[in-house]
Parts: sequence; C-alpha cells; structure tokens
Amino acid sequence: MTSLPRYPSEKKLGLVIDLDTCVGCQACVVNCKEWNTGGYPAPLSDIDAYGAAPQGAWLNRVHAFEVEPKDGNPQIVHFPKSCLHCEDAACVTVCPTGASYKRQADGIVLVDEDRCMGCGLCAWACPYGAREMDPGVGVMKKCTLCIDRIYNEALSEEERQPACVRTCPTRARHFGDLADPDSDISKLVAARGGMDLMPEMGYRPTNKYLPPRARREGRTGEAPRALEPANPEGGFLAWLDRLLSD
Amino acid sequence: MHPALSVIAFTNLSGAGYGLLFLLSLGSLLQFSWGQDRLVLGIGIALALGLIALGLLASTQHLRRPERAWRAFSQWRSSWLSREGVLAVFTFLPAGLLFLTRPLLDSAGWFPLACALLAAVGAAATVFATAMIYASLKTVRQWYQPKVPLLYLLMGLATGGPFLALLLSFKVGGSGASYVAAGLVALTWLVKRGYWHDIDRASPAATLESATGLGRIGKVRLLEPPHTGENYLLTEMGYRVARRHAAKLRLIAQGLGLAAVVMLLIAASIGPGWGHFIFALPAASAALAAAAAERWLFFAEATHSVSLYYGKAA
Ligand code: SF4
Ligand code: SF4
Repeated sequence: MTSLPRYPSEKKLGLVIDLDTCVGCQACVVNCKEWNTGGYPAPLSDIDAYGAAPQGAWLNRVHAFEVEPKDGNPQIVHFPKSCLHCEDAACVTVCPTGASYKRQADGIVLVDEDRCMGCGLCAWACPYGAREMDPGVGVMKKCTLCIDRIYNEALSEEERQPACVRTCPTRARHFGDLADPDSDISKLVAARGGMDLMPEMGYRPTNKYLPPRARREGRTGEAPRALEPANPEGGFLAWLDRLLSD
Repeated sequence: MHPALSVIAFTNLSGAGYGLLFLLSLGSLLQFSWGQDRLVLGIGIALALGLIALGLLASTQHLRRPERAWRAFSQWRSSWLSREGVLAVFTFLPAGLLFLTRPLLDSAGWFPLACALLAAVGAAATVFATAMIYASLKTVRQWYQPKVPLLYLLMGLATGGPFLALLLSFKVGGSGASYVAAGLVALTWLVKRGYWHDIDRASPAATLESATGLGRIGKVRLLEPPHTGENYLLTEMGYRVARRHAAKLRLIAQGLGLAAVVMLLIAASIGPGWGHFIFALPAASAALAAAAAERWLFFAEATHSVSLYYGKAA
C-alpha cells in the first residue's frame, strides 16, 4: 500500500553524514554498488560499462561543492547523497502500483521490485534524486539502508551496518535510530547541529547532515609562510651554496 | 524534464478524446438538437473512445515493464496516476452504454441521460486526475501551479471542440458549434499565457544553498559532479535543449493553436455549405498539433529540484 504509515514509525533508522570529515574518496559509492549488485536489489545494472558512454544505476553518489564565505577562503565540501528515508515521502504516495512503501517498523523506504512497472513517477517526486531506474531490469532502484545487512544474523555484530557506513575510512557516515533521543547518532546530531536538506520541500528527511566545522580562529585567509630563499646571501648557507655550486 | 513522445501523445490524444466525449455527453444530456442526432453522436463517441484508447496505448509505451500496468489500478487511495487509470477505465462504461442506448438503439428515458451525465463527469474527472499527477509534484515548480489542472481541462475542450465542429460540419452546418469551439480555444490560450507569465516569475523551488545546507557558510557552487558520464537523473530530469528556444516555440504554439485554429473555425462557420468541412478539418488537426507543441513545452520548460545538485537552476 502506497499510503504512508498512519503513525510515525517506532524507529527511524537512518544515516548521519558528516560533511566535515568526508574526503570524497568514493569508497562508500563503490561498496554500495558492490554490495547491492549482489544483495536485495540485485542486479544493479550498468549499460556499456566498459564502452565509450557507460551509464548505470547507483544508490549513492558523492558530489563536490565549493562554498565561499563572505570573508575568508573558499572551502571544498564533499557531499555524499543517497535516499534520506523521508517521513513525508511523496515518492511513496505517488506510486500507482503499490511497489513503493515505507515500513511502519523502522521507517525504511523500499521498492518491491516484483510490482514496479517502471513508470518513473517516484523519481520525479523525489526532490533529492535518490531514485534511479535500473537500465537493465527496468524497475526503480533506491537505497535500502542495507536491510539485508542490518538485520542479518549471519553477519557478525559489527558488520550489521549499511555497507557505506562500514566502509567509510574517515568515519563520516553513521547509522542508527534517529527516533531515539539517546542513540549515539541522535546525540551526534544534537551536538553538531545536524540539518535537513531542502527543508522547504516539506519531505522531513530522516537522514541528517552535519555541517563542516568552522575554521579555526585566526587561520582564515592567512597567507602561507614564505619559503627560505633558494640563493641565500651571506652567512654559512651562502658559503655552502657557493662551495656546492662550483 | 524529458519530453517523452509517449507521454505527449498520451495526454494530448486522450485529452482531445475526453474533451469530445464531454461535449457530446453534455449535448446529449441537455438535449441539444445535435445531441439527439444519432449519426453525430454515434461517430462522435466512437471517435472519442478511439482517441482515448490510442492515448492509453501510447501511455504504456512509457513504462519499462508494461506487462505490470494492471497493478496501477490498485493505489487510488494515494496516487493520482492510479486514480487516473481507474477513472479512465470507468468512463468507458457509461460512454459505451450511451453509445449503445442512443445512437444504436435510439432509446429514450432516464437511462441514456444518466449515462450521458456519468460519461461527462468521468471525462472531466479523468483529465483532472491526469493534470494532478503533475500539479501535485512540489519538486517541479512549473508544474506545482494552480493553473495546471485548469489548463489540462481547457486544453481537452480546445482540442475536442474543433473535432465536434468537424462532426457537425457534415450535418448542421455547424455554425454554433464552431463559434463555441473558437471561444474555448481563445480562452485556453489566454489562460496558457497567464500560466507562462506565472512560471516566468515564480521563485525557484529550492536553492543550492538549501539543497546542501551550506548556505549558512556562504555561496555554494558545484565543483565536481559525482561522475563524468550521463545518468538516469540527468537524462530524465536535466533536460535543457528546449529552454533555449522556449520563447520561439511559445510563439509558434500560439500562432498555430490560437490564431490559425480560431480563424479556421470562424471560416468554417461563415463559409458556404462545403466550406464547413473544408475549414473544420484543418482546424481540428491544427488544434491537435498546437496542443502537442504546448505539451512538449510543458515538459521541456519544467525544471526539477535535483538539477541543483548538478549545478543547474531548478
Ligand atoms: S530521499 Fe527521495 S526516495 Fe528517499 S524517501 Fe525521500 S523522497 Fe523518497
Ligand atoms: S517506477 Fe515503480 S516504484 Fe516508482 S512509481 Fe512507478 S511503479 Fe512505483
């Protein structure tokens, strides 16, 4: 049923992404593709993968932005983006077939691939570009929050996290229950001023983004220290330079 | 947004079909003289249902898994696309019964009247549901507009109207119908101009600053997209080709749809006997062509909020 759950879900599983620590290495992008092309939404196909114009479905992509403060140097911000598992997920309510749904138990938004007719309307309804049509199978693909990992008892306890979270070398991605104010990630959001993307759209995303930390006092716009001259004049170094140049 | 041919054909053909069906049902319900004419009603309803069926067929071309299209009737509680499907199929019932009872059996009484009423309501409701698929998407500011449902309804009448004038040109000489059709066409393009005025001035649905949350630091620009090639999001929602020519295309659509159609319809109503048909036929075709241009622009000019993440305006 593509109506949203009547009550807010008991749990709100989601991600918290730290824009301060992400270095844009794309490890989460690759591990997401790797896990999911074999997991729940498999295959996650590509067309012309080794050709001149490769194209394919990915559930997580990392953009890079430059942000320029009024005073001070521009900053680069690496920006991972995947489904934000919104509370008012219009991607779910527009779906005519019942393929898209939001789970009451944990708030995860999923696509039942055996029902999807590939109309693409849900991708139009997502403000964030979190849904992509699989070019091979012709059904809609999106982040599942790795439901086949997080509840998977065949995996060791520490492996029961989304692939992107598990793989991130700078620990810029965190997973947990955002409905529980005492969970580690809720505390992180509170401490770091976690924010919603495009709040004006009214989708109430579950995933939160931690803004880059402010640059340290007195270090903004400071010119780099000059190097010592290559041709020293006078003194021991000049003598050494002359000696070695001969 | 990518202007898919299948969707343009679908919304226009079915729009014209429902417009014609609506006018015929109304004529039958209000017992206009032409609304009692078995030939006009018979050919007209068959033509309308043919256009609708053609449109619905085209719409399945848009699906990547058309064999699952039947599932789209299930989610009418939440989805306008599903509601549209249900209404479209439902409307065939009273329309078919109207065809059976009036032109075929020539029966009188309340039953054909009830069918005509239901067919008219069904036709209007279906076109409204089609429009709401677009008008309910907050992500596309050019679609999330109060005039969009009105425009879809009017465009249905403005393409169905000339077809009615064409039908009547054989019979009654059609003067009245041509004038009414010309009026509907003019009204439609007037509202369309208002819509263009609105979307040219509407503020963007979001900004890159709000999309990234980085606005509190300063001005944001895209440094590097997430990949070097194309992807589904870009081909489907990042369509930009038409925007360069939007102003010219708007003029062409209006020249064809407004000026040409209205003149042809007026010529059809004042011309000599055979002239009714000679002018009504190109009027109906031009109306359909202009509606296709209009619908193409409706997609091509629309921008989606995801474009922000790729450094484009939304
Ligand atoms: S991010 Fe997009 S796909 Fe995910 S729940 Fe929100 S609207 Fe739906
Ligand atoms: S593409 Fe599939 S999941 Fe998306 S709206 Fe259409 S049927 Fe539903």
